[in-house]
Amino acid sequence: MKPVLSVSQLTMDFGGLRAIDHIDLEVRAGEIVALIGPNGAGKTTFFNCITGIYTPTGGDMLLAAPGEGGPVRLNGLKPNKVTENGMARTFQNIRLFPNMTVLENVMIGRHCRLHSGIPGAIFRPPANRREEKQIVEDSYRMLEKIGLTGYVNEFAKNLPYGAQRRLEIARALATEPFILLLDEPAAGMNAQETKELDELIVRIREQEKVSILLIEHDMKLVMSLSDRIYVVDYGKRIAEGAPEAIKNDPAVIKAYLGEDIDA
Amino acid sequence: MDYFLELFLGGLTRGSIYALIALGYTMVYGIIELINFAHGEIYMIGAFTGLIVISVLTLLGWNTVAIIIIAALVAMVYSAAYGYTIEKIAYKPLRGSQRLSALISAIGMSLFLQNYVLLAQTSNFLPFPNLIPEFGIVKPIEHIVRSTEIVIYIAAALVMVGLTVLIKFTRMGKAMRAVAQDRDMAMLVGVDVNRVISFTFVIGSSIAALGGVLVASHIGQVNYYVGFIAGIKAFVAAVLGGIGSMPGAVLGSLVLGWTESFFTGYISSDYEDVFAFVFLVLILIFRPAGILGRSQTDKV
Amino acid sequence: MMTFQEIKKSFLAAIWFMFLTFPIMVIKVNTIEKTIEWHWWRMAAVGLGAFGLSFLWRYLIRRKEAGKRKAEVGGEDKQTLVQRLLSNPRFYLPGLIATAVMVVAFPFVFSLYQTNIMITALIYVVVGLGLNIVVGLAGLLDLGYVAFYAVGAYSYALLNVHFGVSFWMALPIGAALAFLFGILLGFPVLRLRGDYLAIVTLGFGEIIRLVLENWNEFSFGPSGIANIPKPGLFGIDLNLQQSTTFIYFLMIALALMTIFVVRRLQDSRIGRAWIALREDEVACQAMGIDKTRTKLSAFALGATWAGMGGVVFAAKTTFINPTSFTIWESIIILCVVVLGGMGSIVGVIIGAMILILLPEYLRAFSEYRMLIFGVILVLMMVFRPGGIISDVRRTYKFEGLGNKTENKSQ
Repeated sequence: MKPVLSVSQLTMDFGGLRAIDHIDLEVRAGEIVALIGPNGAGKTTFFNCITGIYTPTGGDMLLAAPGEGGPVRLNGLKPNKVTENGMARTFQNIRLFPNMTVLENVMIGRHCRLHSGIPGAIFRPPANRREEKQIVEDSYRMLEKIGLTGYVNEFAKNLPYGAQRRLEIARALATEPFILLLDEPAAGMNAQETKELDELIVRIREQEKVSILLIEHDMKLVMSLSDRIYVVDYGKRIAEGAPEAIKNDPAVIKAYLGEDIDA
Repeated sequence: MDYFLELFLGGLTRGSIYALIALGYTMVYGIIELINFAHGEIYMIGAFTGLIVISVLTLLGWNTVAIIIIAALVAMVYSAAYGYTIEKIAYKPLRGSQRLSALISAIGMSLFLQNYVLLAQTSNFLPFPNLIPEFGIVKPIEHIVRSTEIVIYIAAALVMVGLTVLIKFTRMGKAMRAVAQDRDMAMLVGVDVNRVISFTFVIGSSIAALGGVLVASHIGQVNYYVGFIAGIKAFVAAVLGGIGSMPGAVLGSLVLGWTESFFTGYISSDYEDVFAFVFLVLILIFRPAGILGRSQTDKV
Repeated sequence: MMTFQEIKKSFLAAIWFMFLTFPIMVIKVNTIEKTIEWHWWRMAAVGLGAFGLSFLWRYLIRRKEAGKRKAEVGGEDKQTLVQRLLSNPRFYLPGLIATAVMVVAFPFVFSLYQTNIMITALIYVVVGLGLNIVVGLAGLLDLGYVAFYAVGAYSYALLNVHFGVSFWMALPIGAALAFLFGILLGFPVLRLRGDYLAIVTLGFGEIIRLVLENWNEFSFGPSGIANIPKPGLFGIDLNLQQSTTFIYFLMIALALMTIFVVRRLQDSRIGRAWIALREDEVACQAMGIDKTRTKLSAFALGATWAGMGGVVFAAKTTFINPTSFTIWESIIILCVVVLGGMGSIVGVIIGAMILILLPEYLRAFSEYRMLIFGVILVLMMVFRPGGIISDVRRTYKFEGLGNKTENKSQ
């Protein structure tokens, strides 16, 4: 399988602090890959670098749509360009548009796939009307898939926590990505909600044909979902492999149990 | 050479004045990330209060040195009280809401205070007596620098030293730094955030009032509108130096003061006020973190 | 409840404000005659006022906090009376007809003076709706908005003086120039964070005003430009009464057009992008929206309306000079938007009517106009940041879409 995302030697410095230290990572088409590590290991920073929110100090990031032409180099692209190229994300601390309705939140996700501009908005030619109708229908379908139709006209801020997390996923999927980055999708969820999320993520992979890279602390979820796992600590990659291998990797156990041997 | 020296010292005076106002801006911004638009008005109220005290005491026939000291102190106390009250009314209820809201509230406060003084006092310029005596030692260089200006330099320097000591070495200073770093965390470790914010407003406002009294006696007049332009320029200085940083505010003020002074002295005085704005626009576009500020990445 | 505690709090507030306002309010210095006037009655007024208002203040703060708690547990958002009336077709249609009749009859029923005031109010409606795009929808605090108003006014005045360009030619030219200026100014500054943007736009506004004041050869300096012709109507000679009525209807048409355009923009792909940008810049960008372009479109489009307003303003007053374009003009327009309700069209119209008409009719109160504007800005932000009429988002119904035809109404 060819990789849809390949990151090599990614490095990010904040002042004198090296938050990410030469990390290599690869996600292949249709894979679910987890990125784990103790708090402050640099996982979210990694996401921010590859999605264009931060500009990394060094390294290369390539994104390649499955089955299509050559890869796109992500270095220096703005976040919106990254999304346009097919990589969408959610945020660790939910970042919805609180005073927009649930449907409108998803409709924003459709933005980059459509074109009508200001004249179109004012004069509303037939093409524009069709497009507008299509946005609404597509967005509603997306809500159906994620199971949020009950809230369609509610303000996003009035949703229960778990539903807000799912709405973030719906919004990201609306941009038609082929790779989806989830930043702690299960944070703050109870056992039942986490179980549903597990099923949802598997279903998304099948139905939407996306690869998934996720950061997560819930080890049960990570172990059951992932095809492969990367472990980072202090900005460095300390292990990579299948869940079973990772579980028994001494370096990983050390990082998680915090045995201070060579720090 | 004399002309150059005159412009240099004039720039130093301007810079010291901007610094006295800019410090308040930068302190408040450092702690609650708000451009306190009403800060210029606090400075103006300080100047007005000073003028009122001076007038009353002059009629009572007091000694001039005593008058100027008392006027400055009373102005500082009153401006501090205004700063404290403004924070409680217009900013505190807005903590936690959008930054745009607090900013609009600050603009409203600024507009209110200007018109409050306009209506209660007058729209005319009032002459402000210069009570600072001409010192004997400055006699030989009188044509270049007046003793009022020397008092301004000294006051600005003392304030800077005092603030540095306050921030670096006192408990309150430590608490202020903690709140500026991370308000929630500071609250968790037991810092009384409300008190720290109030204290910041009180200190910033009283420094502005000191500036107000000194400037008014230097320029010789006040009206209700003097705070606005001075406030904007001081803000420019604070941004120039790196907002949130106190040495930055002072440095930015001096740079702005000198640039203005040399510009108007050697080139043209028509566009004196435009200059500060052009400066502001250029800094914000090319180096938004300012001279001493560190560029910060928004937390995601 | 008027408990002892409450009275004590108010009493202390009264004492505090009496102390606070003492020098400024009570002592008035006459520096010419070297005398001092004492206005002790003002102190009593402040004390009584503070005593009473502090009860009200605490009551409102408590209510606001209670409202916040309720919203947290997921209570539905309250709709105001006006909103309910507007959404009820039984009131909506007759209301609309009554308004239309009033609007048409106005210049024939009321005096020239009143029609003129109404024109001013309508200009504020138009520029307010323009600023609403920038501040209300896109969340960009533009304090230099009046600069674009000046661009419009001066482009008509100068083009007329030098080239005899007519009002009708100047209207699109003024709008286009303002749009261009919006892009030129917006391009460098829109990368800045919210509060910096406010201060930089304020700076730009002042730069333009100071240039108009100082560059005599170009703008005729502080003395301004006089004898700007009023708009013509197919070359027919209009007397003062007629031409005022004509400008009035012109403004009504312009206002209607603005409402139409803003309404359509609000519910379009671009409009949603503006709102998303206001709500969360980072998330908005991560969803594939080009931040700079979106901001620029809002900024420039808002400027266009200011430009049109400026052209009409110049034509209406027939005289302009830089003093009409101070920062405070920007703040009055901002006040219109804030009072009415950021993002809401009806709100902005109501805001403009209240803020422009009230001070005109309550002459005694006009001296306190700016003071009250300041109070309004603060109080609205503290107690009703959404304005009189807060923005309502469109709801969609899904009949015959998939198998779920849900129309959730709570």
